[in-house]
Amino acid sequence: MSDVILEMRNITKTFPGVKALDNVSFSVRQGEIHALVGENGAGKSTLMKVLSGVYPHGTYEGDIFFEGKECRFRDINDSEKVGLVIIHQELALIPFLSITENLFLGNEQATSGVIDWNKSISMTKELLEKVGLHESPNTLITDMGVGKQQLVEIAKALAKEVKLLILDEPTASLSEGDSEKLLELLLQLKAQGISSVLISHKLSEVSKVADSITILRDGAAIETLDCQKDTITEDRIIRGMVGRDMTHRFPPRESNIGDTIFEVRDWNVYHPLHEDRKVSTNINIKVRKGEVVGIAGLMGAGRTELAMSIFGRAYGTRISGTAYKHGKEIDISSIDKAIANGVSYLTEDRKAYGLVLIEEIKNNITLTNLEAISDARFIINEPKEMTVTSEYKDKLNIKCSSILQLAVNLSGGNQQKVVLSKWLFSNPDILILDEPTRGIDVGAKYEIYTIINRLAAEGKGIILISSELPEILGVCDRIYVMREGKIVGELPASEASQEAVMKYIMTQEVAV
Amino acid sequence: MKTLTSLFKSNIREYGMLIALIAIMAFFQYATDGILFKPVNITNLVLQNSYIIVMAMGMLLIIVAGWIDLSVGSVAAFVGAIAAVLMVKLDIHWSLTMLICLVIGALVGVWQGYWVAYIKIPAFIVTLAGMLIFRGLTLLILNGEAVGPFPTEFQRLSTGFIPDFFNNEGFHITTILIGILLSIILIVLDVRARKNQQKYGFEVTPFYFFVLKNAFITAAVMALCYLMASYKGLPNVLIVLFVLITGYAFVTSQTVVGRRIYAMGGNEKAARLSGVNTPRLLFGTFVNMGVLAALAGMIVTARLNTATPKAGVGFELDVIAACFIGGASASGGVGKVIGAVVGAFLIGVMNNGMSILGIGIDWQQAIKGFVLLLAVFFDVYNKNKNV
Repeated sequence: MSDVILEMRNITKTFPGVKALDNVSFSVRQGEIHALVGENGAGKSTLMKVLSGVYPHGTYEGDIFFEGKECRFRDINDSEKVGLVIIHQELALIPFLSITENLFLGNEQATSGVIDWNKSISMTKELLEKVGLHESPNTLITDMGVGKQQLVEIAKALAKEVKLLILDEPTASLSEGDSEKLLELLLQLKAQGISSVLISHKLSEVSKVADSITILRDGAAIETLDCQKDTITEDRIIRGMVGRDMTHRFPPRESNIGDTIFEVRDWNVYHPLHEDRKVSTNINIKVRKGEVVGIAGLMGAGRTELAMSIFGRAYGTRISGTAYKHGKEIDISSIDKAIANGVSYLTEDRKAYGLVLIEEIKNNITLTNLEAISDARFIINEPKEMTVTSEYKDKLNIKCSSILQLAVNLSGGNQQKVVLSKWLFSNPDILILDEPTRGIDVGAKYEIYTIINRLAAEGKGIILISSELPEILGVCDRIYVMREGKIVGELPASEASQEAVMKYIMTQEVAV
Repeated sequence: MKTLTSLFKSNIREYGMLIALIAIMAFFQYATDGILFKPVNITNLVLQNSYIIVMAMGMLLIIVAGWIDLSVGSVAAFVGAIAAVLMVKLDIHWSLTMLICLVIGALVGVWQGYWVAYIKIPAFIVTLAGMLIFRGLTLLILNGEAVGPFPTEFQRLSTGFIPDFFNNEGFHITTILIGILLSIILIVLDVRARKNQQKYGFEVTPFYFFVLKNAFITAAVMALCYLMASYKGLPNVLIVLFVLITGYAFVTSQTVVGRRIYAMGGNEKAARLSGVNTPRLLFGTFVNMGVLAALAGMIVTARLNTATPKAGVGFELDVIAACFIGGASASGGVGKVIGAVVGAFLIGVMNNGMSILGIGIDWQQAIKGFVLLLAVFFDVYNKNKNV
């Protein structure tokens, strides 16, 4: 049990402006289940991407040893060749192909290009037996549930003769029963000598199956806990995940909170495709004038879905519930109505949903309210547009050669400022900011926080969705915690600690 | 100060196709022993290609919005057939007929736009279906035969010329006057735009380049008018074209709706989340296309003086090619009205020049295909180089 199968030494990985991993060392023993935990953005996925060759050798510092040999992976194929297989959170199966076809994709059982289907199918049966999946090899992926798809992924890894299996949030979208089965399977594989790395937010699972736990925080490996020697409580893990220095990451702020400006009552939303799946259940939230309200929760907790459903029903079907502004019911049933009523939503994915990348900064900023810079509300007054957008450029400190620069050529932080400008230009009273600091460097984050403070001081109501707890605690006046489409907790910032919020997030039973 | 070459390089996308057009014109002028620029041929060139340009403007909007319309040739034929039946068989007045035809074009657009914008069926499929549907309906309406001829008033739409108020034999003075007026307007507009840019501290092209550009444009306008004047003057259809080009160039570059179409083509989701009613906008571009296809259908029918079941076959390809040659991007969000017009003229000059040279339809097709590929390659190559 003590042989080390994988050793990563002093891994450092930098992205422009951010140190994602800082001198991280991580080792996995032969035949153990090693859990990797940490907050969103702590560097878990980055570490695994370095390991699996997504970030090839040379783009990071440090060494990787697998079974005692030094490895320099150029891509995923290289790492799979030595028996290292990663299963991502978003499954990489092709929906309209059968199990067999998926299992041997890129690894076809073929002689001179002609696939031997009999051989493939009999091998598939064996593999499915191993993972305990009772399905015909010809079943299409699309006809199976996510839990079974997960098992197919594992079977696919087994087909590649895996020695170390890496699972990134495998149970995030699984039901209780399916998760149980999956963990059972991991234990079985362990008995067969296959080691695994389990990345998970569900601490109950971690403490159940893991032999050791490594905690990452802010790109550094904080500690490795040995579960065989000591009993590890969830509280112990949480403490490791959040304990950090919090000074000077957030600008100081003085709250000046007024009356309720915006309120959503009894809000229910269903999934747009699976119409019987509820994604938001009986949501009641409100935000007051000058207040910054945070919505904490894990990815997949339904925060974005809630925000987009509020913003002109941009997401979901069968939406019910009412919205009030200054106590009066308002109609926000379409995006233009929402904007007209002073509600705006800054998306979490600025490239896909926030910007028209091939257009100029100027055009992006004015898109939400073109009439405001147009004569007779129809003919664009370009001089006026230039003046207005230049003001935003100065006010928000957008670093660019000119407002005629294309959005695609800006850095992440500056792109985010353009998106923010665009929403400010729509003249909102309520701003819903969804992960406004995702993927931008520390300096730009600070600037965004400053802008948030300024907007609050101007009397706007701000709802901040963030997966980074310190950010929520550092910026907000009041915090809602969301899990599985429900508000499971509400606490004022003064009473909130990371441990308290994390407990709401992690606890399986509702503990309000 | 910027040199001319560096200036050219930075605007290569804008000027590249124009220069290609001039080069191709010069080539055919030489190859055809000067026939290309004979007044009668230039007039013919405009008449022959007017319908392509009319439809190219609608198509450009659809391509900028990120889609395509394969049905325009069939729709043009369909509307032409209806016009023929209304005027020849039912004796309905030509003006009322034209109105009805435009409305029918709009309804065709409503039909296709509904499927694309609201039911979310890809436009490729909807308009492929439309191509078959409207071709079939054309055959049905015409009963498989050619119908004509039409009242002279209707024919004038595409074969008529503006009257000369000076009644000068052999030389059309009104045409020259219009040319002069147009040149002055263009210069004034450009000067104003330049002043505005300077006022806001933006970099402008060097003054000598500015003068050169305007001198060139004026020379081109006046040369065209002179050639036209020494034949029969400006054709009516050229006036229609001029109004349409100016109108669409203005709408696409200066208005809210134009800006939104580009945003929608550039990133549909971002545009929708910015409050743009993207389905309605897309629907509108298809209705617009339908009206323009109807207009083109009438122009073609009037020119041939008969409506035939085979009219308009392959038009869609020329129209789409014109847009892409003119720099529109197949993935949407990029393209200019002027570009599409230049593209349409480029195809027109090639069609005309090659016909004069007696090149068979076989080679004509192949050569046009190569030119399309080359033009788009040139675009892609430049884009990659600049990244």
